[in-house]
Parts: sequence; structure tokens; C-alpha cells
Amino acid sequence: MIELLNGFLKELSHAIDNRKVLTKEEDRYCYSYDASFGQYLPDVVIQPTETEEVATLVKLANKYGVPIYPRGQGTSLSGGPLPVEGGAVIDCSQWNQKLEIYPEDMIAVVSPGVLTSSIDQKANQYGLMYAPDPSSSNVSTIGGNLAENSGGPRGLKYGVTKDYVIGLEVVTPEGDIIKTGGRTVKNVTGYDLTKLIVGSEGTLGIITEAILRLIPKPQATETLMATFHDIVDSGKAISTILQTGIVPAKMEMMDQASIRAVEDYQPLGLPTDVEAILLIELDGHQVAIKEEIEKVRVTCEEMGAKEVKVAKSKEEALELWKARKLVSPAIVKIKPTKISEDATVPRSQIPAMFERLKEIREKYHLHLVVFGHAGDGNLHPNIIADIRDHEEMERVEQAVEEIFHAAVELGGTLSGEHGIGTMKSPFMEMELGEVGLEMMKRIKESWDPNHIMNPGKIFPSPGQRLVLRND
Amino acid sequence: MTKVAKQNLKDKLAYDETFSCVQCGYCLPACPTYQTMGKESHSPRGRINLVKLAAEGKIPLSRLEEPIDLCLGCRACEPACPTNVQYGKILESAKVVLFEEKKEERKGVSARAEDFLFNHIFPYPSRLNKIGSSMFFYQLTGMKKALHATKLINVLPERLSKFDKITPKPAGPFQRRREHHLLPKNQPVLKVGFFPGCIMDTVFRDINNMSMKLLQAAGCEVEIVDQQTCCGALHSHRGDRQTAKELAKQNIEAFEREDFAYIVNSIGGCGAMLSEYHHLFEDDMEWYERAKAFASKTKDISYVLSQLELPFKKDVQLTVTYQPSCHMTNVQKLTDEPLALLKSIPGITFIPMEKPNKCCGSAGIYNLVHYDESMDILDEKMKDVNQVSVDGIVTTNPGCHLQMKLGVEREGKSDQIKVYHLVELLGEACGL
Repeated sequence: MIELLNGFLKELSHAIDNRKVLTKEEDRYCYSYDASFGQYLPDVVIQPTETEEVATLVKLANKYGVPIYPRGQGTSLSGGPLPVEGGAVIDCSQWNQKLEIYPEDMIAVVSPGVLTSSIDQKANQYGLMYAPDPSSSNVSTIGGNLAENSGGPRGLKYGVTKDYVIGLEVVTPEGDIIKTGGRTVKNVTGYDLTKLIVGSEGTLGIITEAILRLIPKPQATETLMATFHDIVDSGKAISTILQTGIVPAKMEMMDQASIRAVEDYQPLGLPTDVEAILLIELDGHQVAIKEEIEKVRVTCEEMGAKEVKVAKSKEEALELWKARKLVSPAIVKIKPTKISEDATVPRSQIPAMFERLKEIREKYHLHLVVFGHAGDGNLHPNIIADIRDHEEMERVEQAVEEIFHAAVELGGTLSGEHGIGTMKSPFMEMELGEVGLEMMKRIKESWDPNHIMNPGKIFPSPGQRLVLRND
Repeated sequence: MTKVAKQNLKDKLAYDETFSCVQCGYCLPACPTYQTMGKESHSPRGRINLVKLAAEGKIPLSRLEEPIDLCLGCRACEPACPTNVQYGKILESAKVVLFEEKKEERKGVSARAEDFLFNHIFPYPSRLNKIGSSMFFYQLTGMKKALHATKLINVLPERLSKFDKITPKPAGPFQRRREHHLLPKNQPVLKVGFFPGCIMDTVFRDINNMSMKLLQAAGCEVEIVDQQTCCGALHSHRGDRQTAKELAKQNIEAFEREDFAYIVNSIGGCGAMLSEYHHLFEDDMEWYERAKAFASKTKDISYVLSQLELPFKKDVQLTVTYQPSCHMTNVQKLTDEPLALLKSIPGITFIPMEKPNKCCGSAGIYNLVHYDESMDILDEKMKDVNQVSVDGIVTTNPGCHLQMKLGVEREGKSDQIKVYHLVELLGEACGL
């Protein structure tokens, strides 16, 4: 193994600028983690900035059997870029040189290390927008978003990353360069490999360039906050609003535990006796959404809202969103370790999912708070614990397992937007069935015959269980 | 792991604080060194993880050295952090441990030169005054030799000459004379103590004098108390906590002798150190309380002046942008007041630059010790400066002031763009 690695490194040093190859221990440790759990030391970190470099290093990886792991800026919540079997981390975060907007074609052409938010910002200059908005968009790279098929609050109205990718340049697991899709929205030439690559979590290739769809930027927004004594009423309000023909850009909810955490952390004057807060944002034409927000207000009241506030200015809107923004810093004040899940259920099952989460919280005596993108059923149950407390972390593992079961039983899915990675792979068969998973495996095997492209992800190893403890 | 026993590392390094980091990476875009160096080991998330691993004994302390050494300490990562990680504490703890670890090696001739400067010059303003500013930079040569005893020596004279060119000429004995107690025309509205600092008072003595006159003009009784000394920021940032504590105690005692409403400074960096004095005494309740009282009275001049009324007399016809001091923004958390004061100056046109909160790369003596890295960061800053058409850059800290001057010089724009301390423009508008 060592000899193969040395051979790989030796040939690599002739092929790639040595400044792009990191081998010092302190550097390697800095690519041993992401925003999820577990730490795995890679043998080398490579920072390519050209497609040819990637093709070369992938070919070498095949020759010497060195596993490789594409990585954006390491914001993954599912372990996507973790080098679980050692080998080479391919850090694409420095590959941010290309960000071109073609307003006539309404597309952006980008290199993989470009920050997601920069694409939207640049598109805004042309009156356009890049719609997917994962919460980490100021940090995450587009390459990582594509690999994980990231979502975000705007998913409710605008869809997720896969809905905005029309073409890719990919280095295959055997080191060949291919192009999928193109610059047109309509394209049915052959299998849709673009959509296959998007969300494949770096197991089917390394994305080296992407062509993204842009849409006109809405001119105005309206924001509303509604509080509910009964969390079930808030769920009814969500479905009723959507049935009136209004599709809000965002519909976010906070449960009582998150409201209380925020008030303890930084008092904003939120009512701590209510079970839920809904935050709703509409976007579109100024006149149209003025009328619609009024409808939303009335609907919330009819569904039993205790209080409804419509922001009168941008500042007031920001003030309302502040509550949601403070949830993360507030809950980690309770305990430092945050296990953020993204199990997603059909909208109609939101009240039932709340019920199940409540049971799980009580059964395992855990700090479990729920907030997130309620409009599309993508709740974020977050468990707050202390990773140094082994007994507690065991309970967390059991609770997380039960959350997955609940979501699947209610007709939902293990992961709405974070991905499977290392954490959720043991549950794949439960959702997909044996054959369903087998068909995915066949794709993987035919694309990556030497098993070098991001091994240890998506597919469970025999007997693998969920482990959140680092030691 | 010789000097610092392994079992103590978890206590000595801010190990518990590292658990607040959820590794989300939100700090990465805020970090100037991650941007220019492009490696996670030069990012806050990377450094925090390395400190944790070192505390757990999983990596040797030597692996921390470069990543910690090359951190600016600008702390722009703190406001960017969604979980309020105390990065400053983690960084400082690593510096203390590394400093202690290297104590043995520090017995060489060159190390003595550095220690001489830190132990016998900074704490004694009168000595620093005698040295004057160009000599001050000459003195730093000794320190640099200490830090990089080998190859850097060759390039040192060249670097120092760059700084020498942009450093104001030292004041003569006549200019050095100063009133230590100023009274306003009418009944004082506030009685304030003034903290002139050491390097500031050597290199930018005029700005200190102007600060005092402004406070006086705004109705304050202003006093420079005897026996005050260097704030200890440079000592603390190099990991010498012991000396930093001693200096802090001396300053606290000096200012406790009078009943001041505020202890005022016009030095973003020192102000940050003074405002966190209590962090030095977390194991000593008595001094912790005294330090906390001192820290809560410590205010930047822009805060104090914004509470008072300034007698503006004339227009200052300049178009300026503002480069806030990182330590004022991220540690003192003072952002609105200096900007409001700047905009209140009659005749001033203010144009904000992109990413004003990104460090200019000065960072204490970082620009001398890590010249090349610092210049990369400065060049990034100058790209943003070049986007705005101004004839002045306003700063609130001597380090930033010199660095921005160097930036303007490097861009060949010294004839078009002047660098000012906010106090200088306020003084001009008040006809002082």
C-alpha cells in the first residue's frame, strides 16, 4: 500500500505543480473533516485548478489504486468529502477562476470552486438570479452543491440545485473528460447524465465545470411572521396557504424549543408560550404580492394564529428573520454538539412527523429542537448534545435512527438536502429496497470499476451502523 | 513535548472552547489568510481543529507553529461564526503554549535582542520616546533576527527601508513637550484619562496630542496619568502572558488612582487589548474584577466624541474611504460611531469600499515578521481601495495607518491618496 502511494506521489510530483500538492501533517489534518462527524487523515491533499490536472491525477489514482475524494469547502453535513479509506483529497475550493454570465442565454458557466452566493450576486447585476440558496451559500462551493444536490429555503418555490443544472464537464472515475447536457434548457439527447452526476456525492466523477440556468430576479419581497398556540394549526396553515394558489418563496418554522432557546440567548420579545412560529416570504411583482400577503395573513388567522405580523419595511423584515437566524447560535449554547438532520416528509404528514419527533425527544431524554423548511416538508430536527458524553451520544444515535424510520414510514425520505455520505448509508435499503439499492450499485460499479472514486459513501459496508462518536 | 507536560495541554490550550466549533466553515470567507494562502491550515476552522488535536496529543505542538504564527489575529472570524466560538481565546492559548515551549531555545543572542525590546523598551514610554520612530524600526531588526534567525536576515534591510520611508519623522525635543492635564473652557462635562500607548506615542505623537485637544474642545477634562505603560498587546499576541499580565496590572493600578468616567485611547489595537484585560485574570478573582472595571471604562475616542458635541469650524473638502481597524470592529465591537463621526465632518464626502472589514495585513508587527504574506493581504485590500475614487483613506489605528500608507506607496499613488487618522480630520474641522 505504502509503495503504491509513493509511486502515486512520485508520478504526481512530475505531473502537477508541487505547490498544489499538500503533504505536511498539519495540512492533511485540515482536510480530515467536514461539518459532519468523524475524522479521517488523508495521505495527500491536491488542489487542482485545471481539468487536465484532474484527468491526470485520476488516471494516476487508477494506476496505483489510490482512493480519491473530491471536496469543495467542506461544509457537508453528511460526510461527503471525508477520506474514509485514506488516499487523496481533491480540494476544488481554490478553483474559482471562472464565473461567466450570459444574459442572453440566461446561463452561468462556472468552475467548481466558485462560491454559490457569488453566482447569485453576479447574476443579480443582470437582473437575474441563481435560485438555489443552501444556508451555507456564502461558504459552499458550487461543485459541492452539485455533488450533493443541495436545497435551501427557496426550494419550496424554485426547486433545488438539480433543477438549475443543464450541462457539466466531468472527469470520469477512469480519468476521461466528458461533457453532459449543454447550454439549452431543452435537451433530450440520450440519457440525462447531468442529472445522474448531480447528487451522486462525488462517487461517479469530479465536476470540473458547470452550466447553470438563471431566472429573472423577482422585484419585490413581502415577509410575515405568525405565531401558533398549537403546532398542528401551523401545519394546517401551511397546507391551506399553498392550496389558495400562493407559492411563497420561503416558509420556515420554529418549534417551541427553538423559540425558547433564542429568547434565552438573545431576547427578541418572541412569545415563549406558543408552540410554533411560521416565517413566510413572498416574492414577485410588488402589486401582486401586496395582495397575496394579505391573503396569507387572513389564512393564518383563520387557522388559529395567535398573532400575525407583516413587515412594513426591509428593516422590519430583517428583524423578523433574525429569530430564525439566531436558532443555530442559540441552541449550541445549551450543549456544543449539534446533530442536524434533514429527514423530509410529504407536506400532509408534517403534523404527524411533529408528533413522532415529540415522542422521540421524550423517549430518549434529549434536547431535540425542530426548525426548518416546513413548506416543503424538509424539517430540520436538531439534537443538541455533548460529544464527550458517550452515554448521551449513544442515545442520540438511537434517536437519529428512529427519526429516519419515522420519516420513511410516513412516506418521506432519509435526506432532503444534506446527502447520504457516511452517516445515512446504513439506512439506504430501508428506503430503497434491496433491488433499488442494487441498481444504484450497478451504476457505480460500471462507472468506477477500480473503486477509487469517493469510496465508503452512499453504499453501506456489511453490518455498518450509524456512529456519531469520534473515538 | 518537553517543556509543557502532555497532561497539562488540555488545560493550557483552550481545549473546551474548541468544542464550540461545529466545523460549518462560515469563517472561511471572512479569513484574510485563508483567502491569500488558500490552505485550510491557514483558516480559523483549520487552526481550531489543530489546537484540539494538539491538546489531545494526536499531533505534536510543532505542527501548530506555522498555522498559529501566520494568523493575523484580526478575529474577523468571530463575527462570522454562527456558534460564537471564542477564537481569540483559542489563538492566545496556543501562542502562550508555543511561547513557553520555545523558552529554552530563546536563550540565544538574537532572542535576547527581541526580549530586550519587549521587556525593556515597550513598557517604558520615556525610553521609546528617546529612540524615536526610525530608531524604533531599527530596533525591530533585532527582533526579526530573533524570530527568523536564518535566511530572512538577508532581506530585512530592504523591508525596513520600505517602512522607514512611510514613517513620520520623529518629533524633536520641543515637539515632544506636552501638557499632561488639559482643562476645558467651561465646567468639564466628563473627566477622562488618556492612554497614549507606546508605539503610537512614538510614531504618531501628533495624533495623540490632537486626540487630547479634541476631547478638551468637546468639554472634557483630560489627564495622562503617570506610571501607565505599554498595553501589552504585542506581548500577549506573541504568547508572553506573564509580561502582559504585569503590564496590565500596572495600567490598572495607574488609572485606579483617579476617578475617570472613561479611559480613552485612539489606538484600535491597544484599545482592544485594554478592553479584554479581564481575560488575563480568569484564575484570579480579585484582579479579574479590577481588570473588568478598567476594561469597561476603556473607550475608543470615537465612542467618547460621539457622545459629545464637537465645535466644527470649517469644511474639510475631501473624498475619503474608511479602513476600520479589525480590533476595533471585531474585539471592541465599535463600528457605527467612528463612521458616524467621519460622516459628520462638514465638507467630507464618504465612499465606502468593498469588504472594509477585511484586514489590511498590518496586524501588530505581522507586516514586519511575515512581510511577504502581509503584502499579499495588502494587495487584496488595495484592489478594493482602487475601486473607489478617493483622495484619502481614514484609519483609527497606527498599524493600519502605516500599512495603508505602504499600500498607497506600492500602488504608486502617494501623490493622489493621503492616509489620515480620523482624529486628524476631526481636528482640522475644529480648527485645532
